[in-house]
Amino acid sequence: MSNQLPEIRNYVFNFGPQHPAAHGVLRLILEVDGETIVRADPHVGLLHRATEKLAESKPFNHSIGYMDRLDYVSMMCNEHGYVLAIEKLLGITPPLRAQYIRVMFDEMTRLLNHLLWLAAHSLDNGGMAVFLYCFREREDLLDCYEAVSGARMHATYYRPGGVYRDLPDTMPTYQATKWQSAKKTAALNENREGSLLDFIWDFTDRFPTRVDEYEALLTNNRIWKQRTVGIGVVSPERAIALGFTGPMLRGSNVAWDLRKKQPYEVYDRLDFDIPVGLNGDCYDRYLVRVAEMRQSNHIIRQCVTWLRNNKGPVMIDDYKVAPPPREEMKISMEAMIHHFKNMTEGYNVPVGEAYAAIEHPKGEFGVYLVSDGANKPYRLKVRAPGFPHLAGLNELIRGHMISDVVSVLSSLDIVFGEIDR
Amino acid sequence: MAEMNGLRDQVTAQLSDWLLGAGVALDELTLEVKPAHLKEVCLVLRDQAELAFNVLVDVCGVDYLQYGLDDWETESATTSGFGRGVTDMSLRETSARAQRFAVVYHLLSLSHNQRIRLRVSLPNESELMVDSVMDIWPSADWYEREAFDLFGILFKGHPDLRRLLTDYGFVGHPFRKDFPLIGQVEARYDALLKRVVYEPVSIQPRVLEPKVIRRDNRYEVE
Repeated sequence: MSNQLPEIRNYVFNFGPQHPAAHGVLRLILEVDGETIVRADPHVGLLHRATEKLAESKPFNHSIGYMDRLDYVSMMCNEHGYVLAIEKLLGITPPLRAQYIRVMFDEMTRLLNHLLWLAAHSLDNGGMAVFLYCFREREDLLDCYEAVSGARMHATYYRPGGVYRDLPDTMPTYQATKWQSAKKTAALNENREGSLLDFIWDFTDRFPTRVDEYEALLTNNRIWKQRTVGIGVVSPERAIALGFTGPMLRGSNVAWDLRKKQPYEVYDRLDFDIPVGLNGDCYDRYLVRVAEMRQSNHIIRQCVTWLRNNKGPVMIDDYKVAPPPREEMKISMEAMIHHFKNMTEGYNVPVGEAYAAIEHPKGEFGVYLVSDGANKPYRLKVRAPGFPHLAGLNELIRGHMISDVVSVLSSLDIVFGEIDR
Repeated sequence: MAEMNGLRDQVTAQLSDWLLGAGVALDELTLEVKPAHLKEVCLVLRDQAELAFNVLVDVCGVDYLQYGLDDWETESATTSGFGRGVTDMSLRETSARAQRFAVVYHLLSLSHNQRIRLRVSLPNESELMVDSVMDIWPSADWYEREAFDLFGILFKGHPDLRRLLTDYGFVGHPFRKDFPLIGQVEARYDALLKRVVYEPVSIQPRVLEPKVIRRDNRYEVE
């Protein structure tokens, strides 16, 4: 036995990219001193698909579907940012009914996003039940996506000048099968007898109770609080300096929400509150997101009420941008030509540049578009909200234990589709 | 609009020596900043109480190589049809814009609820380098790494300028306009070597939808 002290070195190891708590394809290089994190170096880009470069090679409308695939848990919000930037350059405003539909689906998308976030966050911290309950509610919202666009996730529903089509009068229903009796099927179809708006109204009736259930399982849960209170604290000053937006910023007690501060569409006509946290830790970010779900539910109800009482067009009446209706194409040569040019070449967007931002469920989702007057974007830059959040991860988890990495990481609400683009 | 013009006057009064221009379009203010004075401009914009642009929202590179060029002549009618009317953009003359690369910064002021855009056009003859603003806004870290990765723009003073989005060992800067959309190499698993090998791409690039620029009198600017 020698008298020399053993040399103690920090240990560097890999977290991901196949780790189930890495939320996709994150590879983290962690340097630990004992069990304390000294440095975290996220390696991203494993999902890089060059969406922005692909968009440069296609007419404007062809890239709307790519936007769904950026943040693939809040699909329509991504479309919204892109479509708003095009509309800004074209100088067009969609009809009021289309704006209400967009806001309603934006808020439903926020619920979809926050539900998946809550599911994953609780699962990462050891709560299996909430995960299953959240997916139950997501199912209803995805059915609304399907009813309106035909696709459960990648809807491609928003178009420059409005939305693709008006809300349907019927909901798709379940069919009785060999394994599912007619009686059971009828029970499943009970709230699907009316229109889509009736179905959404029914959902918003029961959703607040469901949020109460999640809160009953988590908010005062001793284990939940031990895992999240005081973990990953970020001060308001640092949150601003690191470019945080959305719940990450509001969790640190900065009341900043683009829906209030720079209202787009019809948010200035709606009544809702902006929840903020006090301490900027994982627990406050959880509280903010849960409170946001209740606010979104409130907004959806206002939109449903308005949409029930006000009919009207959902697409602008400009055939240079929006294709003419099918019945008009049959009788009008002009409409036929417009349709042909619209489908083959698209529309030309005037020379210029525009930045349009929306309050995405994760933060500020911005689209910077440069147009040189062509039918394709010259340069498209997507400002993904998760990108600066993940960049700040190193600062958030330094000094914490290895087990806290997962809590902090999932409280950032990371989706790699938008970070890697 | 009036608000933006007010902001422009306010900013140009203070920064006029360091700016090449300032314009308001679509209710957005864009400042053209001289590359040598980027940091001075940024410090003023962040620290002056009446400006207080405390959030750096976004940094991105832009390659203006093919700006204003189209695939297809639309001024006179083509007799040979679209297929032969297409000219490969790489064989064409280059864009009218004198400076090929630019870095664009989007700033936001939380206290005054205003946005501003800065553009730094990089001179063609020197190396593509601009000062890093990471010590002014820490959020610039990954944005600058991304712009370096995708466009090859260097940020002087960035402590850790590595590639961010592309593969380990990637060659080239994929978002440059002269980088082909289909890429340079493709990967496949070689059963004999028992590893993934990279080979030159085996597919041909082609244009499915031509890029068309039409003169549209609705959008004619004065």
